[in-house]
Amino acid sequence: MNGNWRTWVLVGLAFAVLVAAIYFPVLRRRLKTTAKVSQPSEEQARRELTQAVPQSPSDPVVKTKLFWISGEDESALAPIAIELALSKDPVLRAKQVLNTLLAGPVDSDLRTLPPDAALLAFYLLPDGTAVADFSEALATSTPSGIQSEQMAVDSIARTLEANVPQVKRLKILIHGQELDTLAGHIDLTQIFVVDSKAAQRGAITLDLPARPALPPVAASLNTGAVKESQR
Amino acid sequence: MHISNGRLFFRIILISSGTALLAWISVFISSAQTLQQPASGQAVLAQQTGSPIAAPPYPTIPAPAQQRTGLNMVVVDPAHGGTDPGARGAQGIRESDLVLDLTVQVRRALEAQGFQVLQTRSGNENPSFDDRSTLANAQRGAVFVTLHISSTGLPGTARVYTMPESAATVPAGGVLSWDHAQAPYAALSRKFGDAVQGQLAQRFKGSPSNAQSAAIRQLRTTGAPAIAVEICSVSVQNRGDLDRMMPGVADAIARGLAAFRPSYVLPGEAGSHP
Repeated sequence: MNGNWRTWVLVGLAFAVLVAAIYFPVLRRRLKTTAKVSQPSEEQARRELTQAVPQSPSDPVVKTKLFWISGEDESALAPIAIELALSKDPVLRAKQVLNTLLAGPVDSDLRTLPPDAALLAFYLLPDGTAVADFSEALATSTPSGIQSEQMAVDSIARTLEANVPQVKRLKILIHGQELDTLAGHIDLTQIFVVDSKAAQRGAITLDLPARPALPPVAASLNTGAVKESQR
Repeated sequence: MHISNGRLFFRIILISSGTALLAWISVFISSAQTLQQPASGQAVLAQQTGSPIAAPPYPTIPAPAQQRTGLNMVVVDPAHGGTDPGARGAQGIRESDLVLDLTVQVRRALEAQGFQVLQTRSGNENPSFDDRSTLANAQRGAVFVTLHISSTGLPGTARVYTMPESAATVPAGGVLSWDHAQAPYAALSRKFGDAVQGQLAQRFKGSPSNAQSAAIRQLRTTGAPAIAVEICSVSVQNRGDLDRMMPGVADAIARGLAAFRPSYVLPGEAGSHP
């Protein structure tokens, strides 16, 4: 009787070990999947935090023009009209349209900005100079090339021009810093003029007289940052 | 009149010394003039404090070319290089390698048209933007051509870019800053760009007929008529497609430059307003 009892215990233990051995890899795989789902990339996390542009129910729904790559000519931009609830405040309005621009069109081949790029901050100075601060992905994921970089900057400038008339000029920062170029070609040390004439020429032009004013812009940025954080 | 041998000898020595002194002074003055940098009629380009000017291995700046009226020198810039491969295609195509091959063909086509050619790099180095501009800015009667291959765009087309002409605001008086060296040349660059783009449009269907404007970092600090030529694209399935474009692109640049040559007037010459 004693021998039988020991045998049954040993068989039971052996069965438990076998089941555990089979189940262990499955469990490991499930844990890995769960870890992947619950750990968003740094870029995604930042995007979730920064995209929280407050929308008021009283914001009127207006036709918004967003500039993406033309479906007919891949070397040109074309406006796509979308109905969006936009704030009357120019800074909030600019954030709303730029975030929609970053989200991209239905056809992802027509996007001008990389999908993982995010708008970190947006400031509008009293003289109409806008400062748009994007995440590093804008510089690292934009395809290197004059045409692709020009279209990226052009789509931002023309979308702002069409929807936020208070914006006269545009300075692009990457993660709070002034970069030499966007992805090796287009000059980001300059301030881009945002006006209809430039848009008609299909070119974003530089404003050289604004160059000496860069330090004051940087100084104002700090002030803007404080104001922004106090909101 | 009797002159003693001693006095005659003394006079000969005196006249010889005087002649030698005059000859030396004239040589000194002419060499001092050739050392002057090309000026845009108002000032010598001044480099921004702290801008890096690397010593060799990058090409050392040769002595200014022989003084000739008009355009005689082309600085060709194969973009990227070293740790910066530029645009990369799925087939392992690297822009930095392709533009070196293109440069060889452009050089050959330009020399056939009688131009002297300098390259900003001839191997896998990566001179800074300022180093590349320095090479062009040290020449007299030069133009600058930077060569690129795009990541995107319609394959088989080519585009020429110049700095926007609105960037041509030249400060009144004073020294023209290094950062705005391209400003006085913007109109000439546009003319040069249109001439080359016209040639490219004839060869490559789908290319625009006029040069485009773009705020390109490399062009901003270049004190000479300057264009960027970008061919599409590293996304081609076969590198051979790009290789086949190269002779046509090189020929278009050389012919465009030959067409532009008569309209180029050296800065500082009478009646010139670059």
